[in-house]
Amino acid sequence: MFRNSYDYDVTIWSPQGRLFQVEYAIEAVKFGSAIVGLKNTTDAVLVSLKKASSDLAAFKKKIIEIDEYLGVTYSGLTADAKLLTRFLRNECLSYRYTENVCIPAERLLEKLSRKMHVATQRYDQRPFGVGMLVAGFDSKGPHIYEACPSGTFFNCKAMTLGGRCQSARTYLEKNFSSFPDCNLEEIIKHGLRALQSTLPKNLNLTNQNVSIGVVGADCEFKIFSDEEVYNHLLLIEGENHRPDCDEFDEEDDNNEVS
Amino acid sequence: MFNTVDAYSAPPLWKNGPSPCAFHNFPGTNCENNDFTQHSQAPVTTATSVIAFTFNTGVIIGGDLLASYGSLARYRNCPRVMKVNDNIIMGAGGDYADFQYVKDLVDQKIIEEDCLDDGFKLKPRSLYCWLTRIMYNRRSRFDPFWNNFVVGGIQEGLPFLGTVDKLGTAYEDNAICTGYGAHLALPLIRDALEKNPLMSEEEAKALLTKCMEVLFYRDARSYPKYQIGVITDDGVKIEGPLEVSQKWDLAHMIH
Repeated sequence: MFRNSYDYDVTIWSPQGRLFQVEYAIEAVKFGSAIVGLKNTTDAVLVSLKKASSDLAAFKKKIIEIDEYLGVTYSGLTADAKLLTRFLRNECLSYRYTENVCIPAERLLEKLSRKMHVATQRYDQRPFGVGMLVAGFDSKGPHIYEACPSGTFFNCKAMTLGGRCQSARTYLEKNFSSFPDCNLEEIIKHGLRALQSTLPKNLNLTNQNVSIGVVGADCEFKIFSDEEVYNHLLLIEGENHRPDCDEFDEEDDNNEVS
Repeated sequence: MFNTVDAYSAPPLWKNGPSPCAFHNFPGTNCENNDFTQHSQAPVTTATSVIAFTFNTGVIIGGDLLASYGSLARYRNCPRVMKVNDNIIMGAGGDYADFQYVKDLVDQKIIEEDCLDDGFKLKPRSLYCWLTRIMYNRRSRFDPFWNNFVVGGIQEGLPFLGTVDKLGTAYEDNAICTGYGAHLALPLIRDALEKNPLMSEEEAKALLTKCMEVLFYRDARSYPKYQIGVITDDGVKIEGPLEVSQKWDLAHMIH
């Protein structure tokens, strides 16, 4: 990974005009397990793959509720994600305290990206090693936002991050034009299929390792129970959306990331 | 303050020397006790009642243009019905300086929101909540803004009307009057709304005019020139100065 002497500090540019520390942080996002976010015209959906750090450990929670109409899922360093979700919850609460309404997703992302951006500009900090997908609903409809360690954020039709997300990205790119016409059940199915495409052959989606979160016009942000996840998994049972080529190599299991 | 020399204290014992019963300020030093703060305990330049109620398609707020200095009609062109944004109008009674200060805070808030340029606009319920926080915070520091604020607007297609006082006490109602208006105008408005719950804008204006007239005759801190603010789906209108039509030829019959 060591490229040259210009990657020692986030405040040092390389002569090619790159900030290697920031790029390494973006690499850290890929160590986490895959996450998918997508939306139709009324609902935004997050679908995430949960990992257990060992056979003896429980599966880590991957989707976190932030406010009544906001939820996030993350990929990368769990500890960084915990810090950032606590920050997001605080921001939501103080906005709700003064304005009596849920903060619009875009304003929240503005605050989040500012916080993440500061860490790329100071010599005494490191960039956050976490990528986030935020699902929100406000007066402008459902939203999926991607927040990146570099301090930028994107308003997305659909997005995926994390380990082996390339095949999920391919699936989403192939299908996203049909998403606005989908109902909630179909959009969740698309999310599950995209997530399934990231799995190696010997692994399958179960209600243990999948987490689903939904927010919409007439439903506050909700994380599905094991039973609800199971029922939705039944809908795509027997389908296989993994790419034909099977060149996946085993990932190194790093306990600090998920 | 205590122990300072003024026209009523005993003269100094010698020229530039100490005075009896006072702390002595040695020449070249200034150790007067000036590290004090004063909390507001009474309003100074005050505006009287605010009259507000909802009608069929919107909200109407009225207030006269007088800022009194005690019982002196000191400033006679002080508007206190303001447009906040396309969704909100606001009226204020009580200390005029405090109103101007809070108005600046609100205006700045709107500017900051415009700078975000994200298409979201402050809604009346949000401003009402925010004002409640501001007012309650100041009363908790024993330094209240001496005002009654009335916030009106349209939210989710329905008229909204709420008020906050100097203690941060807040409530919503379809008719709100502050100060003397609460005693003189509010019964008239409630009566009219009860008889005609779906009042039109014209009827609302006529009722408000009537209230301003009654208040002008009976409230000694009122003034015949006033403004009204109306908010409907068509937007915000601040009208005025309007004038109460006065009739005093009956006055000599009252003893």
